[in-house]
Amino acid sequence: MATPHRYTTSAIALHWMVAALIFCAFPLGLYMSDLKLSPLKLQLVSYHKWLGVTIFLLVLVRLVWRATHTPPALPASIAAWQQRAAHALHHLLYVLMLGIPGSGWLMSSAKGVPVVYLGLLKLPDLVGKNKALGNVLETLHASLNYTLLALVLLHIAAALKHQFVDRDDTLSRMLPFLERKP
Amino acid sequence: MRALSHYLLLALLLVASPVHAQEFNEVQTAKSSIVFGYRQMNVPLTGTFSKFVIQAHFDPGKPAAAQVRIDIDLSSIDTGNSDADEEMPGKLWFNTQQFPTGQFVSSNIKALGGGRYEAQGKLTIKGKTLDVTAPFTFRQEGANAIFDGSFKLKRLDYAVGEGLWADIATVANEVSITFHFVASSKK
Ligand code: HEM
Repeated sequence: MATPHRYTTSAIALHWMVAALIFCAFPLGLYMSDLKLSPLKLQLVSYHKWLGVTIFLLVLVRLVWRATHTPPALPASIAAWQQRAAHALHHLLYVLMLGIPGSGWLMSSAKGVPVVYLGLLKLPDLVGKNKALGNVLETLHASLNYTLLALVLLHIAAALKHQFVDRDDTLSRMLPFLERKP
Repeated sequence: MRALSHYLLLALLLVASPVHAQEFNEVQTAKSSIVFGYRQMNVPLTGTFSKFVIQAHFDPGKPAAAQVRIDIDLSSIDTGNSDADEEMPGKLWFNTQQFPTGQFVSSNIKALGGGRYEAQGKLTIKGKTLDVTAPFTFRQEGANAIFDGSFKLKRLDYAVGEGLWADIATVANEVSITFHFVASSKK
């Protein structure tokens, strides 16, 4: 069976939904953590957590998709080392997309503030209240986020290079309307 | 000889019989606690006041004669979050500069049966005095009396959290107060 030349519609939808939500959660996290205490800050922190938990759940769905599907092959014109680098980068992105919300959830538990998803569903506390651990997890959450930022920029740069420099139909696997007809 | 044995028997009975009318009047603050519970964006949170002074006398057989007065040092608040702790003494919250203590003074304590009681009294916070009713249980543990109870209040009735903090969709109006007091009898 020939591998398809594009991702399935559900994989594409999941990719862009997660991307859009991360593009909201990231700046929101930066903005809210510098605010001084106010009702607005408490609201934004809650929205941030809800966004993050939503991302976490969608990434779990993406992993199920990944485990049950073969992604479309990269164009054969791409060097083997570049293909390996792309795969490694994608794996790291998955690790961070779970590790970042995971560290946020852990941080909330350690700080003694349970996560109540959408204000409706109280998620279990992952660790007991522990101020020192909470501060460590806060730093971890921030560091993982800066790592994600760097890797996402690399990911975007690579996609743009393939689209505009190599012109090799890599990006169209995730954006089918860009496909150049052979 | 007979008289002496009767006397001994009487003395023994006196010692062995349950102590009625024991008055508990010395609260052991270190073993006691005042915890408040509230909701922030529907997230249930708790905090405590660590400093308070209680003057009380309570005889389980004579609740009507019992009296309690609690003075809480409001700046001893621990919300569990250091940013919030800094905010609490401010004008919008407790304004502890002007109103350093919160106070409960009982007016009427009655038995509800089965070890349960009810204290009615006046609660003063931030210059506002309102009637509150707090049901509680009483049990004896060795020489100590243990009181456990809770009641609810609305923070805005006491103007706690004014201005931008009056938004009860973010920090709920309802606050539960749960208390645990251990008292002994003054020798
Ligand atoms: C993929 C999802 C997420 C992203 C991209 C993200 C991103 C961020 C960023 C960029 C910050 C600012 C870090 C800094 O420089 O200080 C932040 C802070 C924070 N995040 Fe997240 N986050 C995510 C998920 C979560 C989740 C699921 C939770 C909790 C359930 C959470 C809780 C927090 C909290 C409480 C802070 C504030 C830390 C503080 O300054 O007190 N985050 N997040």
